[in-house]
Amino acid sequence: MRRNAKTMNRLDLTQRLVARLKHDEAVIGGIGNSNFDLWNAGKRPQNFYMLGSMGLAGPIAFGVALAQPKRRVIALEGDGSLLMQLGSLATIAMMKPKNLILVVWDNGMYQITGSQKTATEVADLVEIARSAGIEKSAWASDETEFERLIERALIEDGPWFIAARIDGSAPKGQTPREPVIIKDNFMRGLGVKGG
Amino acid sequence: MWFPPSAPLRATRFGGHLPPQGGKGAQGWLFATLQRALVLANCCGSTLMGTMANAGKPEAWHEAIIRAFKDNDVKIVVYVPDNVLRPLIDAVTNDSYFTAFPTTREEEAIGIVSGAAMAGGRGIVLMQTSGFATLANVLASLCVAAQIPALMMVSERGTLGEFQIGQAIVCRTMRPVLESLGIEHHTVTRLDEAHFIVDRTIKQAFKTQAPAALILSPLLTAKREG
Repeated sequence: MRRNAKTMNRLDLTQRLVARLKHDEAVIGGIGNSNFDLWNAGKRPQNFYMLGSMGLAGPIAFGVALAQPKRRVIALEGDGSLLMQLGSLATIAMMKPKNLILVVWDNGMYQITGSQKTATEVADLVEIARSAGIEKSAWASDETEFERLIERALIEDGPWFIAARIDGSAPKGQTPREPVIIKDNFMRGLGVKGG
Repeated sequence: MWFPPSAPLRATRFGGHLPPQGGKGAQGWLFATLQRALVLANCCGSTLMGTMANAGKPEAWHEAIIRAFKDNDVKIVVYVPDNVLRPLIDAVTNDSYFTAFPTTREEEAIGIVSGAAMAGGRGIVLMQTSGFATLANVLASLCVAAQIPALMMVSERGTLGEFQIGQAIVCRTMRPVLESLGIEHHTVTRLDEAHFIVDRTIKQAFKTQAPAALILSPLLTAKREG
């Protein structure tokens, strides 16, 4: 349950996640603070930082997972972003990509636009994901359980949906707005030649 | 239309697909003349094969399109359903070459094919005109900004006999949106041009790393009377 989960810190959890990536796993950082803290957790060529298209971290990650079924693919998304594309959870549940992990940071607010509250005050995202058909859906009750869930998700077949309650800390730095360079680095990181 | 001299002429595909010539007098002569004209134009090797496939049975529009998908390794087909697109959707769903599935919104589908494109896969989104109207933000902020070859195929509603005023109005927004984003787009109106346009558009999108839209006109897809 959301209300039983400890309120944690997004950068700390992102660092714990990145530290566990040993096999060039792809990570899609959702628009705003999700990708800023991915950037702040250390640059990796397998990271894609979204600078727009709010709500599409999950679908982009699913597309990567479809094209490269042997690679684990992780989407980092905020609660406001996910609420914009709840339908994508049903698509992912239907298609059952084994190598896809959705991670959602839920601080109950549209933090970057002035901390207006989101509907997660009443809507439980894990219950929504499970009801959409993603069986492996869980709240991380604390940092240790978050790490344990990520470690399982990197080994056991998915799709996975892992949610964490986070505080309202602002990111220390922001991703440079260079979409073509970000995309080019990401493709190289995945071993793909453009054109 | 301009047909470059280097357009592929798939001579090997001619054999066995053309109906026997000369056997029926004027009809046979017509076939031979038609074939010569098309070969001289040096543009339609694949089209001729397609048009005459299955011993004289004309190739359907969706078969020409599927041929272009396969010629270019486009294996992921993501769609929000549309009745006009039904034969194409049915065909890709029943063909194990393709991974074909619906999404809940067109934006979601663009996200999926964009992710696939960056990971070396090739996909296309099928949708109706009204669905395209939901895409300006994702096209601008993801596909155009990051130069991602997201392919779109739009069945054109709202024109040439539309009965819903809402469809007619939203249809008028489609080409201005594509133009203002600088997205390459072509409208397919004729069966004999369908493979060529789809094939070349897919090739250009991936070579130049740019999104592209193919609009299927009722001139191509509508069931004709009589």
